[in-house]
Amino acid sequence: MARTMVVVGNGMVGHKLVQTVRDRDAQSSWRIVVLAEEPRPAYDRVALSSYVDTWDPGTLSLPGNEFDDDDLVTLRLGDPVETVDRQNRTVATVSGFRQHYDVLVLATGSRPFVPPVPGHDLPGCFVYRTIDDLDAIRAAAGRAMASGGPGRRAGMVVGGGLLGLEAAKALRDMGLSPHVVELGPRLMPLQVDEGGGGLLRRLIEKLDVTVHTGTSTESIQRDSGRLLATLAGGTELDLDLVVFSAGVRPNDALARSCALPVGARGGVLVDDGCRTDDERIYAIGECACIGDRVYGLVAPGYAMAEVAADRILGGTASFPGADTSTKLKLLGVDVASFGDAHATDEHALEVVFNDAVSGTYKKLVVSDDARTLLGGIFVGDASEYTLLRPLVGGELPAEPAALLAPDGNASMGVDAVADAAQICSCNAVTKGAITSAITDDGCDSVPSIKSRTRAGTSCGSCVPMLGKLLSSCGVEQSKALCEHFKQSRAELFEIIQATQISTFSELIAKHGTGKGCAICKPAVASILATLGNGHILGGEQATLQDTNDHFLANMQKNGTYSVIPRIPGGEITPDKLIVLGEVAKDFGLYTKITGGQRIDMFGATVEELPYIWRRLVDAGFESGHAYGKALRTVKSCVGTTWCRYGQQDSVGLAVELELRYRGLRSPHKLKSAVSGCARECAEARGKDFGVIATENGWNLYVGGNGGTMPRHADLIVSDVDTETLIKIIDRFLMFYVRTADRLQRTAPWIEEMEGGLDHLRAVIVDDSLGICDELEAAMAKHVENYSDEWKGVLEDPEKLARFTSFVNAPGTPDPTISFTVERDQKVPVLLGVPEVASR
Amino acid sequence: MTMVAEQTWVAVCPADEVLRAYGVAALLAGAEQVAIFRTEDDEFFALSNIDPFSRAAVLSRGIVGDRGGLPVVASPIYKQAFDLRTGVCVDDPDVTVPTYPVRVLDGVVQVKSP
Repeated sequence: MARTMVVVGNGMVGHKLVQTVRDRDAQSSWRIVVLAEEPRPAYDRVALSSYVDTWDPGTLSLPGNEFDDDDLVTLRLGDPVETVDRQNRTVATVSGFRQHYDVLVLATGSRPFVPPVPGHDLPGCFVYRTIDDLDAIRAAAGRAMASGGPGRRAGMVVGGGLLGLEAAKALRDMGLSPHVVELGPRLMPLQVDEGGGGLLRRLIEKLDVTVHTGTSTESIQRDSGRLLATLAGGTELDLDLVVFSAGVRPNDALARSCALPVGARGGVLVDDGCRTDDERIYAIGECACIGDRVYGLVAPGYAMAEVAADRILGGTASFPGADTSTKLKLLGVDVASFGDAHATDEHALEVVFNDAVSGTYKKLVVSDDARTLLGGIFVGDASEYTLLRPLVGGELPAEPAALLAPDGNASMGVDAVADAAQICSCNAVTKGAITSAITDDGCDSVPSIKSRTRAGTSCGSCVPMLGKLLSSCGVEQSKALCEHFKQSRAELFEIIQATQISTFSELIAKHGTGKGCAICKPAVASILATLGNGHILGGEQATLQDTNDHFLANMQKNGTYSVIPRIPGGEITPDKLIVLGEVAKDFGLYTKITGGQRIDMFGATVEELPYIWRRLVDAGFESGHAYGKALRTVKSCVGTTWCRYGQQDSVGLAVELELRYRGLRSPHKLKSAVSGCARECAEARGKDFGVIATENGWNLYVGGNGGTMPRHADLIVSDVDTETLIKIIDRFLMFYVRTADRLQRTAPWIEEMEGGLDHLRAVIVDDSLGICDELEAAMAKHVENYSDEWKGVLEDPEKLARFTSFVNAPGTPDPTISFTVERDQKVPVLLGVPEVASR
Repeated sequence: MTMVAEQTWVAVCPADEVLRAYGVAALLAGAEQVAIFRTEDDEFFALSNIDPFSRAAVLSRGIVGDRGGLPVVASPIYKQAFDLRTGVCVDDPDVTVPTYPVRVLDGVVQVKSP
């Protein structure tokens, strides 16, 4: 009969314990009951701030957190434990549920610390710890954004540590302008020193976050529907909400209530086996005080979960001490610290590299003979972190100053890291374990290493290192476009741009193999079109195009095509509507309104297309590029012109954007929309780039799409004027067109970009790569060179000649095409064609 | 006998009307449709124009290229590749489309029913 283990708390550490016990308890000797306060199963709290990007709790779920197919684990969520009866070994929850235990594990985590500022409990004051907290902040921010009134909507974050800066980012992403108030003399006082803190502040302030250091919040008051905060120096801030992230305190109330000893500054006292004073009760994670310390990081918590699991299963593991290294990207700024970052060892020496021009600060702490690495701090550029952190306590591979020099990476490779050094400190995975997964278990990609070793599955900071280890083991990660090109689409784009190669045959002869295929030919045709190589059916280019581009129409299931003329912004005159109706009637086309506010006419045969388009072009229509991997439509609501609630002229902007970007060939289709107010009738957040009017200008969202994996676009800039907006969209589109993979929509492109949305913002808003001028110039060239593709066909007899059904009977329609009538319109039937044995 | 065989060839179009790595459709007697392809290496092939997967007459509008060195056309509907020499579907060898004899005589492309 299995014994019963009760785990109080279902955070990351509690979940790790349950997983570890289930992995190792081969005899199924333990039945596990998890009792938790939060209503949802374990999720990735470290990544909590990324919840703001999707508002989808599912993206934070930890793998296997529901234990659906495990009879030995019971989860009881949303029902916290209220009392522990140590004598009878039972716990009781708030709802009155009682559970006997043989072993009890406390994994209750921390509670946010809220300083006792007058007004701290007013409506509009929040903490930042759970998904529910973020939902509440979002609701308040949404109310603030919708409320109108003068001035920008603003939020204050109390606490300028790691979490405080993440909270500031979240507020910014919700459209508020954030203030950060830090009691200490600099941001992130625990992780960085004065030099790094100064640089961090400058970088953060550049991103529209107002920083107040060395000051405290005196009071928070209600002020005509908003909040008024007064800081120690007398500064007053008009706010819509306040978020407290001034640190956490161990959540040890349950332990205190059953008289278990706690540490001087809180935390359930445990020995190095994670056992409390009561031999049947363990405590792990942020609620535990181990070796006189309380750890607020996940890595030590995971280590404690492993130790407790081992002890409960009869082992003798003990807590090895913990790595408190951190590396994160805050608002796009790299910050990392590791080891003895503050040089507390009296013999330690510091080597500092401080480049105010490029915005990087790097410090290494080394032993007095400068041979052993003790710790370090990086701000602005933490690329050396993943290589250096595993070297702590070991011998340096080079002079410290040489390692910090701008090309210092060159002198150091993954080979310098010892096999025993941890690469993933969250999951305690060593370099040796990873290389053995690659060489012995055949892992040949970062995802396969992740699933085999769990490295890189928590904070993700070691993921670049996993790629390097793959290369150092001789595993090449293929980015090949197809069997004919070993390059990725982005690399081919660079080659074509740099060499000005203008034909596929020259490109494949010089940079590929074979004759090409249905993958590389259209991809290269698209690149050639983006770079302005004349009409897409000119010369050899005609042979590269997919049939849709070749006939400038969309092939349907029976081999006929559909025709969609451009209707910019969905705005159309009655006269033009009548033309469409007449053309459809005269050619017998099925008509349907599209989702992009246009009109689609179906059932045209190849030889009919030029006649249809002659009529359309004469009436002032042009190609709508519905057939291309190109800009489709910019949908709009009616905006200020008609709508009682409109804040800006959404139709006018949609028309301007659609005309600006029409004809732009891209890795995949591009969709856009403009809404005239926050009610968002144009559904702009479901688009690759969506614009929503605000009272002061426009908010731009990027990376949305419908389809099989629907995704809302993320805010990238807010309250910008039209000129700035267009500039940023120019950069966004050109950067995407140049660097995305074939058939990669903007959402996965951003997700797979190292540094994600923050990196994208740094590149196209803050010009961190210095390429914005070039991107804008490329777009200007596209706009200047645009001409209607259909007009180009109608004017050129050679191109027109290809629009024939049969080369030996040009006027004869395809005899296999036939139609029937359904709901008063014609629809295709497939007749007279032999069936293929279906498989 | 030679005369009889000659009569079954149908002249379709001047060879230089077919671009390299490109296809055209031709109509034969009895509403039979042939897709004629010219490869990058200047070889001509002819298959039935009907895509067996979609049952639409579209194969001439597919992209011509190679798969592992073999000349293929990819159907424009669902993208399966067919070996131009044999008509066998490379992605599903149980499916084959009929092939037609094709030749270029005096600069004119000719095909005949098999």
